Amino acid sequence: MYDGGKIIVGLIIGIGLFLSPFIYNAGTAAKPPDPQLTKKAKEAKVCVAPKAYMRESHFKMLDEWRHTVVRDGERYYKAADGKIYYKSLQVTCLDCHSDKTKFCDQCHNYLSVNPYCWDCHIAPEEKK
Amino acid sequence: MGVDRREFLKIAGYATLFGLGGTAAIDILAPGELEASATGIPLTRGKRWAMVIDMRKCLAQQDKKKCKDCMVACHREHNVPDWGEPQHAVKWIWQDKYEHVFPDHPNEFVDEGVEGRPFILMCNHCYNPPCVRVCPTQATFKREDGIVVMDMHRCIGCRFCMAACPYGSRSFNWGDPRKAPKSLNPDYPTNKAYPERSKGVVEKCNFCTELVDKGELPICVQACDKIKVNALHFGDLANPESNVRKLLRDHYSVRRKPALGTGPNVFYII
Repeated sequence: MYDGGKIIVGLIIGIGLFLSPFIYNAGTAAKPPDPQLTKKAKEAKVCVAPKAYMRESHFKMLDEWRHTVVRDGERYYKAADGKIYYKSLQVTCLDCHSDKTKFCDQCHNYLSVNPYCWDCHIAPEEKK
Repeated sequence: MGVDRREFLKIAGYATLFGLGGTAAIDILAPGELEASATGIPLTRGKRWAMVIDMRKCLAQQDKKKCKDCMVACHREHNVPDWGEPQHAVKWIWQDKYEHVFPDHPNEFVDEGVEGRPFILMCNHCYNPPCVRVCPTQATFKREDGIVVMDMHRCIGCRFCMAACPYGSRSFNWGDPRKAPKSLNPDYPTNKAYPERSKGVVEKCNFCTELVDKGELPICVQACDKIKVNALHFGDLANPESNVRKLLRDHYSVRRKPALGTGPNVFYII
């Protein structure tokens, strides 16, 4: 093998560089998401749908709401328990879940999803 | 052969019976439940919304004090920023000279009452909207009640609609409205209950669908009624007894560029 030493040194450096992010982060587990409900949301106890559904499929519901509100002009949603909600991310959802960084962003950041809702929809101001 | 003619007729007969009885039974036993949800139905179904602007009252108020209440109210309601430059202006409701508004009224000797006077302009919510026809993503569309609206989630910013609209009722967002000059927009966003738009989408007057769907009048009409000028009238053209139909019956009215065949739903009483 010509220039064997150089190749092996190059390989070691290359593999080292490739593995460096893994070595750097070894042993430190990423913080699991810890979404926290605001006082108002805790008192309300129920959301527009069961908790399990909201956790897994809230985006499907938001998508449906957006479609029916914008395109069909249907502004009201009848929940399974018969309660009627005004379909609005900004007015209804964020009224209870007013702490975006402690609620929405927890899971979104952990799963590295970047919904573009906030490009236009105004998130409520948070107290630091 | 499994099915002979007699058998087939029997099956067909039963199927018809069950088919007809099915919906009828549900309607009798649980009225209203057949529709997905009673409250989900658009509250404005069967309407054809229109605006009648009484320019005599409006101009009188403008003479009295440079009234811009309707424009201020609209821009506050819909978080419309002021960019300070006309080429970046976002227009929902605005003003222009009579001669520019009605270029198809050629008259060398114009009535002094309207000559060079500022008219109130907004989207005409055309009956046959050219902007809707050209939109490649169907981001802009005509609702059942005649209101031409934008679905901002779908707009790709191609600006075909701006080229198609003969009234200049559509504006492009050249910049993020959140970055509009703070000196001109000190308390922006002014309405926390209404979204903003992002850079690169087209926007326009939406006849306040968010209010109309709740059973309220558009905010410009509310603003005009608040100062008791009552120059703006919003109503249903489909109903012969409505306020707008009555006004149009009693007065001579004009529309912008009717020869183009767009069928504007904003009428001016001069």
